Amino acid sequence: MAAPQTQYSKHSRQAMIGAMGDKLFKGTAFFFATMVLAVLAAIILMLFKDAWPTFQTFGFDFFITEKWDVVNDQYGAVIPIVGTLVTSFIAILIGIPVSFGIALFISVMAPEWLKKPVGIAVELLAAVPSIIYGMWGLFYFAPWFSENLQPLLTDTLGELPLIGQFFQGPPIGISLFTAGFILAVMIIPFIASVMRDMFDVVPKDLKESAYAMGSTTWEVVWKVILPYTKVGVIGGIMLGLGRALGETMAVTFVVGNAQELMTGLFYPGSTIASTLANEFNEADGLHMSSLIALGLILFIITFIVLAISKWFLLRLGKVQEGRST
Amino acid sequence: MSASVNADDLLEKTNYIRAVADPKIVLRDLSFYYGKFKALHDISMDIPDRKVTAFIGPSGCGKSTLLRVFNRMYDLYPGQRAEGDLILDGENVLGSSIDVNMLRARVGMVFQKPTPFPMSIYDNVAFGVRLYEKLKKSELDDRVEWALQRAALWDEVKDKLKQTGGALSGGQQQRLCIARGIAVKPEVLLLDEPTSALDPISTSKIEELIYELKDDFAIAIVTHNMQQAARVSDYTAFMYLGDLMEYDHTDNIFTNPDRKETEDYITGRFG
Repeated sequence: MAAPQTQYSKHSRQAMIGAMGDKLFKGTAFFFATMVLAVLAAIILMLFKDAWPTFQTFGFDFFITEKWDVVNDQYGAVIPIVGTLVTSFIAILIGIPVSFGIALFISVMAPEWLKKPVGIAVELLAAVPSIIYGMWGLFYFAPWFSENLQPLLTDTLGELPLIGQFFQGPPIGISLFTAGFILAVMIIPFIASVMRDMFDVVPKDLKESAYAMGSTTWEVVWKVILPYTKVGVIGGIMLGLGRALGETMAVTFVVGNAQELMTGLFYPGSTIASTLANEFNEADGLHMSSLIALGLILFIITFIVLAISKWFLLRLGKVQEGRST
Repeated sequence: MSASVNADDLLEKTNYIRAVADPKIVLRDLSFYYGKFKALHDISMDIPDRKVTAFIGPSGCGKSTLLRVFNRMYDLYPGQRAEGDLILDGENVLGSSIDVNMLRARVGMVFQKPTPFPMSIYDNVAFGVRLYEKLKKSELDDRVEWALQRAALWDEVKDKLKQTGGALSGGQQQRLCIARGIAVKPEVLLLDEPTSALDPISTSKIEELIYELKDDFAIAIVTHNMQQAARVSDYTAFMYLGDLMEYDHTDNIFTNPDRKETEDYITGRFG
């Protein structure tokens, strides 16, 4: 290897510069990557530190007390936590079937010329700022809902035993249910896009095989496409749920911001995010600490949901590699 | 026929309808269009029952397209259409009155790549049966076993019927797809290059299987592999640029073809 030897010495200076550049680049990338972790750690630390007075004062009772009394400086997180979970649950309940229908239409049923425009429209909906949804909810949906849909629901579902109590409340249109509905509208584009992407990656051969067995479109979707994509679909739903849990502006507009625990979904309530947005301005001392404790709780809930969705999506990757599901 | 061919002969394909004693499928002037492009030109032939008919020819000759007309798979795609007659047991399946799902239950298809459904081995085989028949559990069990036996897969999977079909090897998956196809007891089985994604051992297993299965079904197989066509088929159709060039007993095609194009193709001079 004589010839390469001389060539190497000729290029050695350049090689050295290249090696130094590599090192520099590696160092910079490493720095920014660790910054992410450092910021995350700092946020958690700060939340813990500022929430500490609340945990010290109320202890575990903070998590199980349904009292949020600013005047007497008594705080419990149950009402906002329940409000957050209930509104998100309503959003998911309404959002899943609608998103499924949209994704199915775009991916399987729509004629070729319609797929692109509808797909882009759905993605644009995801880009609408949340305050717009909030204003629409407050000025248009809430009045319409209180005059039309709410009496109808109270007169029908409200008469049923057991679940009837959930469909009660004053006819003002500002309620947990309205917040849940607005959230559903907001997360549908997200879930529908993920589902559409999932349905699109189902191999053509697999779909054709199912049709070749004499299946109808519905049978193909229900028995083959959905089982094939279920992991990704669940991941997409979790992603939407994560967004619904943390959504602040739109919810604050329509949820009513009442610190009361009611069974009726048509009563005003509050979520963690809406409580924070409403009360930060005038808060200090224990009140402020309790708000930060609420923030910490929201952070943990969202973290758990995102972790679950990541876990599902990770499993999806493995499934597609090994085709083992 | 003389060995020399002129242009008129090329257009005169009616020569190649071999009169078979028991035709399962009769094609008359069958043409196929992808939008404006005419991919199949007036194909006429008889396909016998309980025999294997192989379709060979260079890529793009229309052999897979033709196979997909048999179960109207092209219906899934707007812009694709067939003209002419394709008669299965005396009934023109290209007519608008035909129930396409019922047709596909009668005409099974196995694809190039194995396509196990995302469910257990048992459910894969039972898939089509559950769509069209209401069987008792024990009857369904018997049917699944029968299909897996017929597909020469039973011994390998009988202890793991609840496992997912995707966990099998490629060759096993393809035999699973064949089992799934025959479990509904179709009349015709279409095989679209069923071994092109498989290793030689799996390939020879599938070929043996095809030989066995022709006792029960009319089998049409598209293949790129001429040795495979020679090994498994009773009749061979040679297609070229959307035309049916020659259709005869497999022995004749491979030992004494009428057309020069056929000879050139099977001797590897083009394609």
